Amino acid sequence: MDSSQLLGITTFTYLFASFLYIGALLFRSSKIGLFATWFTVVALVVQTAGLGLRWVESYQMGIGHAPLTNMYESVVFFAWTIVILYLGIEWKFKTRTIGAFALPLAFLAMAYGSFAPINKGINPLVPALQSNWLLAHVITCFVGYAAFAIAAALGIMYLVKSYFGNGSENGSNSLLPSLKVIDDIIHKSMIFGFIWLSAGIITGAIWANSAWGTYWGWDPKETWSLITWFVYAITLHARYTRGISGKTIAWLSIVGLAAVIFTYYGVNFLLSGLHSYGSS
Amino acid sequence: MQNNNSIWQFFSSVKLALVTLFLIAVTSIIGTVIPQKEAAEFYVSKYGPKAAQIFTILDIPDMYNSWWFLGLLFLLGFNLIICSIDRFPAVWKQVTADGLALPPERLQKMSNRMAWSSDGSVSEVSTALLEKLKNNRFSAGSREHGESTVLFSQKGPWTRTGVYFVHASILVIFIGAIIGSLGGYKGSVMIPETQESNRVFLFGGKGVKELDFTVRCNKFKIDFYANGMPKEYTSSLTVFEQGKEVLTKVIEVNDPLTYKGVTFYQSSYEPYQDFVVSIKPPTGEPQKFIIPFQQQEEWSEQNLKFGVINAKVMGQSIVSSKLWFNDGSNSPESIWIDDGAEVNIEGENGTYTISAKQMYATGLQVARDPGVWWVYIGFGLMLFGLYVAFFMSHRRFWLLLTPAGNKTEVLLSGSANKNRAGFKSSFEELGELLKSEHKEA
Ligand code: HEM
Repeated sequence: MDSSQLLGITTFTYLFASFLYIGALLFRSSKIGLFATWFTVVALVVQTAGLGLRWVESYQMGIGHAPLTNMYESVVFFAWTIVILYLGIEWKFKTRTIGAFALPLAFLAMAYGSFAPINKGINPLVPALQSNWLLAHVITCFVGYAAFAIAAALGIMYLVKSYFGNGSENGSNSLLPSLKVIDDIIHKSMIFGFIWLSAGIITGAIWANSAWGTYWGWDPKETWSLITWFVYAITLHARYTRGISGKTIAWLSIVGLAAVIFTYYGVNFLLSGLHSYGSS
Repeated sequence: MQNNNSIWQFFSSVKLALVTLFLIAVTSIIGTVIPQKEAAEFYVSKYGPKAAQIFTILDIPDMYNSWWFLGLLFLLGFNLIICSIDRFPAVWKQVTADGLALPPERLQKMSNRMAWSSDGSVSEVSTALLEKLKNNRFSAGSREHGESTVLFSQKGPWTRTGVYFVHASILVIFIGAIIGSLGGYKGSVMIPETQESNRVFLFGGKGVKELDFTVRCNKFKIDFYANGMPKEYTSSLTVFEQGKEVLTKVIEVNDPLTYKGVTFYQSSYEPYQDFVVSIKPPTGEPQKFIIPFQQQEEWSEQNLKFGVINAKVMGQSIVSSKLWFNDGSNSPESIWIDDGAEVNIEGENGTYTISAKQMYATGLQVARDPGVWWVYIGFGLMLFGLYVAFFMSHRRFWLLLTPAGNKTEVLLSGSANKNRAGFKSSFEELGELLKSEHKEA
């Protein structure tokens, strides 16, 4: 069993876990829900093993480095972080319904990694990437991105409930948490993501400074990460100082994730710049 | 500060902050779509003369340094300063507020409350509770209100200032950026192996900067992975000050050399057609020769003739070269030498230690940025401030003790400015602790 097989399996287990969570929601079955949770935990363990094995394999190839250095590895890590954060939320807020929205995101990330025409190999690192700041930078950014992905999943859930739930708490959506609770978890996820994204931008700046003496160069990727950061800064201020919540924040959580995806992905393909190695 | 001046209100408003942040975010996109810092002709040919003219007026080719973009950043900073001056006094008042001054009626209306009655007089119960609080690391004060006594304890009043650390951090980063752009410079220099330079060619056509020391490139080297990808670029650099050697360091990408506040980063290289051949003869000083490919060189004092007659190439780099070597008496030898490696050749007069490698110039990026420590301090402040603002809270607890016959009614109430759910459980915990412990006494 090698790491690519384990990670390949993970794609399908996250798909199945998504169905389980959605099934638990639609059939209001806590039995299916419990199964979904345990299945997801096992899938996470499999993925963790896959990541660990990939790390080991890179050492066996004599080019040892953490599996966080190209587009493929970063989407896999992204999915991994989403699932961990999601399970944390499930445990803390005692609700499984978010899984029906969060697990599909983890699946989509893995599916993109598996099926898109991107390089899935374990490659040696070019000199610019040989820095411990790379690890700090990628980890902090992706924990932030995962939190924003969950915030957006909750945003969608909020909008679904508020547009189709007719405001009643006992319609077909009664298994969804109340709007107030969703709103609260959106806010908490955003706060969590904002700290990590801030740390991600900071570690990136420190890395750039140690590699070529410029902590900020307005390269497209840097600029887009700052735009994303501003989207969340605006959202937090709007909520905190102007009391805006509910649908507006739910929409902003989706706008924010769109900015994240563009920063992470769009920039590589549509714009050019220092970070273009990500497209390999 | 209560100020009704409308200009003040404008600059202290959060609405302005939202608009400014929005404008910065949206206009930043321009520079990610339109290539920056190209020559004027580029914009004319790509976007047409009309658009190019508008670009020039609006400084689009260097928009992040344009008057209007810097203006927006300045507005953000100004907004932050005024907003903080406007609001900080009220926050500070809450930080330093005397909890014991709160009228007892207010305590009966707080959402977190717990009541019980204890044996003993108010003063006995008060002493016991203060003792109990102290043992649990709650420092508390007390004050009499008529018949009753109020005890007050709080944690983290200063955490209310967390947001101000975040806001200040942005200003500190701005200060660092200004110091860096006024007092620093950025440029590059190409130094061929064995040569030295004190000149930095500043970016943006800003001329040449002469340093008061020189840097010599002793050696430049590229290592490859088995698949031919470059693994590492390294340059051995020596700093000379007034002809005296002061410092030698091997730099690589991500590991620069800093001397007197000026940092040299490995950024590029240029291969030459020539070779650097170093020879250490059995007697006498070693020497380096720079010779073109397939040309014979003579070292007459040592009576040597040599040359590079063949080379193996990977990519654009030579990985091994074949040296032809004649020390006069013996029949000439030829030998393959890996780039940068040393070999020993037994000659008539003893052992010659020889290395041969392709000649390179190392490309160094040079930067001096006296503001960078401000920026780093700003980074630290920001993360600290965000942590405090999001995850720490100001928690206050009051105990109202009122006499009831030979017993004392105890009311515990509390409030927190954030994370109310988390506070509720720690409030209940404290309540159980104080209640149970006191009954035993
Ligand atoms: C990039 C710039 C900025 C960042 C990163 C930032 C960050 C923050 C953060 C993290 C909070 C806490 C929000 C919460 O607890 O949910 C906050 C609150 C606040 N911010 Fe900003 N901010 C920025 C710019 C500004 C500006 C320009 C103003 C000017 C008016 C401003 C005014 C405020 C106010 C009034 C609060 C509420 C403070 C309070 O609790 O009294 N912010 N900011």
